[in-house]
Amino acid sequence: MASGCFLDYVDPWVNWTWLSTHVPLFWDALQQHIALTAFAVIGGLVLSLPLGVAAHQWPSLRNPVLAVFGVIYTIPSLALFALLVPYTGLGVVTAEAGLIGYTVLILVRNLLVGLESVPQDVIDAADGMGYRPFARLVRVELPLALPAIFAGVRIATVTTIGLVTITALIGLGGLGQLIYKGLIENFHTPLVVATVLSIALALVVDLALIGVERLAVPWSRGTAG
Amino acid sequence: MSVLSNVARWFADPTHWSGPDGIPQRLAEHVQISAESVAIGALIALPIGIALGHYGRFGNLAINISNVGRALPSFGVLVIAFQVFGLGSLPILVALVALAIPPMITNSYVGLREVDADVKEAARGMGYRELARLGRVEFPLAVTLVMAGIRTSAVQVVATATLAALIAGGGFGRYVIDGFAQQDYTKLFAGAVLVAVLAMATELSLSAVERLLVPRGIRLQRTAGAQRATTFKTA
Repeated sequence: MASGCFLDYVDPWVNWTWLSTHVPLFWDALQQHIALTAFAVIGGLVLSLPLGVAAHQWPSLRNPVLAVFGVIYTIPSLALFALLVPYTGLGVVTAEAGLIGYTVLILVRNLLVGLESVPQDVIDAADGMGYRPFARLVRVELPLALPAIFAGVRIATVTTIGLVTITALIGLGGLGQLIYKGLIENFHTPLVVATVLSIALALVVDLALIGVERLAVPWSRGTAG
Repeated sequence: MSVLSNVARWFADPTHWSGPDGIPQRLAEHVQISAESVAIGALIALPIGIALGHYGRFGNLAINISNVGRALPSFGVLVIAFQVFGLGSLPILVALVALAIPPMITNSYVGLREVDADVKEAARGMGYRELARLGRVEFPLAVTLVMAGIRTSAVQVVATATLAALIAGGGFGRYVIDGFAQQDYTKLFAGAVLVAVLAMATELSLSAVERLLVPRGIRLQRTAGAQRATTFKTA
């Protein structure tokens, strides 16, 4: 679509001259994007570890936990942010509350899969060696659940990187800010470059997490999520 | 709690239940664009996913589709489609179809891939030809995940259709986006409630269809599709 048709000027998909003079704009947006994502995934881990372990320990908690976060997960992000705005305002608290709500479901679900896949023989052997329940959890069960936990962290991270763009509507957005700028100014370059950067960030971080997994869990072969 | 009482009053106001900006009209717009996108997406994605899973080849392709599909920022995709196709429902349809495809390919691939090799061998031994084997043995065994893929796509599309209001689309997103723009937090909240209820209703009704379609024998031996499905959330 020729947006600047009055001036007989066709906006190219990427205006390299403009881009080369606005690198800091993209750099700042990328940093905010990474910070918002990291906080959401780490916050999600902090919440989901005790929740997942509790749901594993007391099976009666399992379905309620999965149901509550399943409902949150089903709510579209824009709607969830909008539901929070009257209480937490426009900004970081609303964005992170919503994003963490989503990562918790992914992480708890994978943690449960991991803990449930620990063979009964291994648990019996640990008991036989005199491990108390907490030590058995920390030193036997959680390490064996690591591949599944990593799969969850990867899915949660890639998903969050995509969702952060939507927080542009509540004044944040990271790269989403530039997508929004492209929309309201009818200017292709920030829109296209920010979208491509967001996809690239997700894929690069995913690969980096596979690398970390190989180092942390050398016995597993980075199973794809 | 004044937010909630304002929202209750908003819902009680009869002017919000009629006309071009009324709830019935917005619901129809939201459901129509979503249903069209999921249907077109299914026509493209299911044959690909089923074929990939049946032949068991290009497994990496299916996995890459799921990774890229998850990485797509729905907001960016919508706005780019708007810049390419201009005003109207075409850009919305194109973006929603693009976002509907990956969950359906990935889940139907995994569903067919997971069919027990012994069962396939037995079907071959009984003289089933390839198409009959696919249609009468493999597909019924995979139907849980195929349906889970359709459900995941549909919930995603309903969610993303909300964002379509940013590029002049209709649907319940209209209330949310206009609420933000006018700083009318009552409208914003009411719109968000409608969007959330619609997403939930989509999830529940397609889960019900899933349960009806899955053969009883399989329903008894396997865990629910919801727990095995590959999840996607891009909006």
